[in-house]
Amino acid sequence: MESLLTDILINGLLLGTLYAIIALGYTMVYGILQLINFAHSEVFLTGAVVAFETFRLLAPDPANPGSGLNPYLVLAIALVVAMIVCGLLNVVIERLAYRPLRNAPKLVPLISAIGVSLILQDVIKLLEGFQGRFQLAVNVPETFTQTVFSVGDTNVKVRDLALVVVAAVMLFSLDRLVNHSKPGRAIRAVAQDRVTAGLMGIDANRMIALTFAIGGALGGVGGVLFAMKFPNLDPYSGTIPGIKAFSAAVLGGIGSIPGAVLGGLVLGVVENFLGVLSSFSFVFPKLSFLAAIGAQYKDVGAFITLIVILIFKPSGLLGRSTTEKV
Amino acid sequence: MTAVRKPGPLRPVRQPDRTIPLVVYTVITGLLLFLGSGRLVPGVSFPAIALAFVFAAFLGSLLLAYQWRANGVVKLLVGIFVLLFVVPDIGRGNGSFFDLAIQMCIFAALALGLNIVVGLAGLLDLGYVAFFAVGAYIWGIFGSGQFQQIVQSDLPYTPLTTGGWLIPLLLTALGVAGYLWMKAIDRAHPGALKPQGGQRFGRALAVFLIVVGVVSALILVATLIRAGITWYYTGHPAGLTGLTGGLNPNFFWLFIILAVAAAAIVGVLIGLPVLKLKGDYLAIVTLGLGEVIRVFANNLTKYTNGPQGITSITAAPVPLLDRLAGSLGFPPEQFKLFFLYFLVLIVIGVVITVNVRLSRSNIGRAWVAIREDEIAAQAMGVPLVRTKILAFATGASFAGIMGVIFAAKQQFISPESFTFFQSISVLTMVILGGMGNIAGVILGAAVVTLLNLSILTALSESLQALPNFNSNLDPAKYNRLIFGAILVLMMLFRPEGLLPSQRQQVMMHEHDDDSPAQGALTTAADGDPLPEVHSPGLATRAEDDRAGGDR
Repeated sequence: MESLLTDILINGLLLGTLYAIIALGYTMVYGILQLINFAHSEVFLTGAVVAFETFRLLAPDPANPGSGLNPYLVLAIALVVAMIVCGLLNVVIERLAYRPLRNAPKLVPLISAIGVSLILQDVIKLLEGFQGRFQLAVNVPETFTQTVFSVGDTNVKVRDLALVVVAAVMLFSLDRLVNHSKPGRAIRAVAQDRVTAGLMGIDANRMIALTFAIGGALGGVGGVLFAMKFPNLDPYSGTIPGIKAFSAAVLGGIGSIPGAVLGGLVLGVVENFLGVLSSFSFVFPKLSFLAAIGAQYKDVGAFITLIVILIFKPSGLLGRSTTEKV
Repeated sequence: MTAVRKPGPLRPVRQPDRTIPLVVYTVITGLLLFLGSGRLVPGVSFPAIALAFVFAAFLGSLLLAYQWRANGVVKLLVGIFVLLFVVPDIGRGNGSFFDLAIQMCIFAALALGLNIVVGLAGLLDLGYVAFFAVGAYIWGIFGSGQFQQIVQSDLPYTPLTTGGWLIPLLLTALGVAGYLWMKAIDRAHPGALKPQGGQRFGRALAVFLIVVGVVSALILVATLIRAGITWYYTGHPAGLTGLTGGLNPNFFWLFIILAVAAAAIVGVLIGLPVLKLKGDYLAIVTLGLGEVIRVFANNLTKYTNGPQGITSITAAPVPLLDRLAGSLGFPPEQFKLFFLYFLVLIVIGVVITVNVRLSRSNIGRAWVAIREDEIAAQAMGVPLVRTKILAFATGASFAGIMGVIFAAKQQFISPESFTFFQSISVLTMVILGGMGNIAGVILGAAVVTLLNLSILTALSESLQALPNFNSNLDPAKYNRLIFGAILVLMMLFRPEGLLPSQRQQVMMHEHDDDSPAQGALTTAADGDPLPEVHSPGLATRAEDDRAGGDR
């Protein structure tokens, strides 16, 4: 029983950290443009594909296992490349598919975002499928899958620690950037009121592009970490984590950066809890009906959480409520 | 000082009469189609890809008959010629065209349903295919061997325990109480636009109770049905052998009606809690609910057979049509397609009629008002929740009926047919054709279905015949790329769709320039642009843009 709870908590928090990093990309874009960037799930998957390619290209020669770069260095390379690639990708998407629609009715950029998401899925499929790879099995270096310590039956592995460290560094730098720097202040100004910020001499388009770059870079980092935790990818495996990360952003209060982190952690724990709900029927024989709720239903839990939050507290846990003016 | 021309009365630009070009086009493309399918000159036929385009061009005559000004009788004759004469005849020679025509009609009806939700009421529903799944599974379960398995596994079923019916009954009563409570709250605060404080909480709780009540009422009904079936078949053990292929296929007609009701109920159930949400939140929640329904279809293995899906689904026998098809020289395996083709034509006729009538009714105007401005519509006395739910339920019922027909046609359904991507392809049809315009939506459905089922596969076949072709580049595998490109390009360059309604056309381009939209009402018979407009609103627009524009 105890080990079950620690398992839920530890795995849930790790998964939640991952969701939090991805959710930041959604929440920042939503905060500044009021747009659900559907393409973010593919931007983040691009990060995972970058990880796949880096680990594949820099893998040690199988004939000579001692060769090759230090796995931590490989991870660092993957993270940096993913940040650059995904940041640029997000900026290009914004420039081509969203900026021309800035003044259009609200559904128009949303549909455009869905279209970009579909295009990217097949571009990834094309790039990898051209070489005959439709299922991408990430070759995670062995160092990362070794267990560092165990709590109960739960093994905490090197990649989990790496996930926590990288996430902490990213969150710290994001906080410095957004809350304690000049571009950050400009971004916040544009998010608050684009026209007035423009009158104050802020180039709104540049700040929006910067936001997309930051969101994309965070998505790239999330993708690399995701690929290490769930090494079996295909071109469509970004969608479900993407929706969940968005749910996390809404749960925490969309537009709020601490909210996205909190929402991610809560959602991760909730999801893991639902995933092992059937085990409780063994612990408490009276709850035998729980046995029917298999791990397959954990995705359902995320959506139900989203709906319940949106109905009863539409502004999320840490968000501010806004009144609508005519 | 220039003389300002006095604007004359508004009237549409008159098109020239095109009766003869219409007939010529129809006859030429029809001849090409017969020639291409090898029925005109024995031994001569077109390659698959050319034939696919010829078929598309031939169906285009329907569009031209709709768009062009021509003699009404000739238009009607063209429609009858295309739909009742040529398509069945081509189908007799090549069954895949029959299949394609039926699929086009099914997706056209789906797109028309989504058009009500997205195009008229402006509610972006990304989980629309869930309602389609409801219809398909309702007939799929009862019209196939799956039903026998369920009954068999239920036979030692003791339904009338208190947990089986008393709890759902109590919860149903609670739901009724919730409904009455909500009415009481509304009566106590007449005319309150935005519920406040305790009233708001009370309403939320009442809505929750209603949802619980409806769900438990459904559970209660299901329990009673199960009990009835069990009671019937334990009395007649021999009766089970008659169930190997599911219920008597004549129940198909009943299930068409049941599916409409079931899909509408699911629409209301999904709609009640989520319709308070605005645009993009609604989109993501409906997306999630669509996935939830798919997850259930995947995992309720006892009822849906899980990912393997349900096979050998039957359709109603219609001996009269079968005899007709036989005397017209159709092979027996096409009798079912023959029947479904006419069924689908009738249904789509009904769907179009309902769509036209609704969009011109009070309800239709209320939908458009909500789409344009929710708050203003509410202030004008449009009941928001009821109107939105009506849109959801109407759209859902179209999907439900087509789900039954789809299941009967494919004879096989699995959760794979009801993915998020399916919802997006229906959305693509609506957007490509033109949101809110019935002819446009049908055109969009036809184009996307043709592209998906005929042109892309034909293209793949002809490419694979090439030497050194890398089969990983098979275009049929990349339909998402094509759909995505359609969505983005349409949004960037023609957000009103290929065949827009006049209103959308004007709305989407009101900032482009000062001349009226194409085809819009003009003051002059020859379509002169209106005199230049000087309005402060338009003059300052450029400056707004430089500052990033308004939100």
